[in-house]
Amino acid sequence: MSRIRVLVGTRKGAFILSADAARRDWQVAGPFFGGWEVFHMAGSPANPDRLYASQSSSWFGQVIQRSDDGGLTWNPVGNDFRYVGDPGTHLHYDGTPRPWEFKRVWHLEPSPTDADTVYAGVEDAALFRSTDGGASWHELPALREQQGAKWMPGAGGMCLHTILLDPANPQRLYVAISAAGAFRSDDGGASWRPINRGLHSQTIPDPEAEVGHCVHRIALHPARPETLFMQKHWDVMRSDDAGGTWHEVSGNLPSDFGFAMAVHAHEPDTVYVVPILSDSEHYPPEGKLRVYRSQNGGKDWDALTDGLPQAHCYVNILRDAMAVDTLPECGVYFGTTGGQVYVSADSGDHWQAIVRDLPAVLSVSVQTLP
Amino acid sequence: MDAPLDPRQPDPATVRVVLPYHLYTLAQCAAELVLAVPRPVTLTRVMDALEAAHPRLAGAVRDRTTGRRRPLVRFYACQDDLSNLPPDAPLPDAVASGSEPLVVVGAIAGG
Repeated sequence: MSRIRVLVGTRKGAFILSADAARRDWQVAGPFFGGWEVFHMAGSPANPDRLYASQSSSWFGQVIQRSDDGGLTWNPVGNDFRYVGDPGTHLHYDGTPRPWEFKRVWHLEPSPTDADTVYAGVEDAALFRSTDGGASWHELPALREQQGAKWMPGAGGMCLHTILLDPANPQRLYVAISAAGAFRSDDGGASWRPINRGLHSQTIPDPEAEVGHCVHRIALHPARPETLFMQKHWDVMRSDDAGGTWHEVSGNLPSDFGFAMAVHAHEPDTVYVVPILSDSEHYPPEGKLRVYRSQNGGKDWDALTDGLPQAHCYVNILRDAMAVDTLPECGVYFGTTGGQVYVSADSGDHWQAIVRDLPAVLSVSVQTLP
Repeated sequence: MDAPLDPRQPDPATVRVVLPYHLYTLAQCAAELVLAVPRPVTLTRVMDALEAAHPRLAGAVRDRTTGRRRPLVRFYACQDDLSNLPPDAPLPDAVASGSEPLVVVGAIAGG
């Protein structure tokens, strides 16, 4: 019988939540790396017992942890992230040049086919790859050649937070950076192009600039990898040509600001977002925690509320804190800055809290185990 | 010119180093360590010896790229803050003799 393992990164450590396919009764393990920020954990599709975790601290820097037994035991692996050559400068918040400086790993994306290959998206924004299980890391520097000197940090830092590996084309990768935009490589990361045409951002001097957009998240469905969905600083967007052009699909959302986004495991046109009131007020509109689901690719959005607090709720859902499982009845998961992790075992129709009192949740990823 | 950094040289100093919770749990070692450090004993040489004995601490006290002390790490000894001592300056005799430990501290900051 299938099992579910939910990997939760928080401000004060990591937790692993597990359940059978019914997804009603959950075991909670952790905290792992207590007291450290865990920006992200991810399991290898090629070997589900191989997990990677990004553990960091403003005091003591970056640690990458690896487990080879499904999270029972962990060992630090490599934490040497060096940019190739002299990385030069990017723009700071005040528009002045600031030297590129490694700060932390925001996101880990294991290869679908090789447990020892994993990508890391880091702050200051760059993409690294390890092919030895995290022991050593090597930058793919061509990404920063895409006008990197014009990139600027978002409020959370200048982070590469999203990495999508096209399941149909091993040479195609997508990344997203706050605040630089989305980028695509068609040659395994050797070269890149910005894919921001159609984005409109009032918060930058040229609203339709080639780079500089604050993209919060992009997502795709493996059966239709040329269709991308994007939650931007403002606006929910869609592309049907691998990011070549984008059009807005915010439709009837109560706010098109937000961070998290996911696509249903079996329905490429079913998309989930969690609207947040505004860029200045990072909590749900009206104090009601509502997941919005579109079942027609963004044309129309419906509020999903059953089991979610509908009064006095002022949490945020961060960009890496929403995921789906691949069971026949798709499960949807998200974590909040209030420490709750919610699950819906029926594609979003009904929700329950798995845990309510964790530290602020930074990331949620899900493994569907055989 | 620095003396050779080979701890197998005769008469290395025996230096005591006290680590904060997050570092000794990361390294899975004792909170207080005894390290053989080539003379003259400096912050650089103590950190070199620390990272050689406990590679998990590489990057946790000093930045891996610049080699500089991480901003929120402090070094205390003999009731003094030695954090801003030049990294190649000799440490106090009491540290080099092992009578006083070099204390690595996570600075008080944040909540």
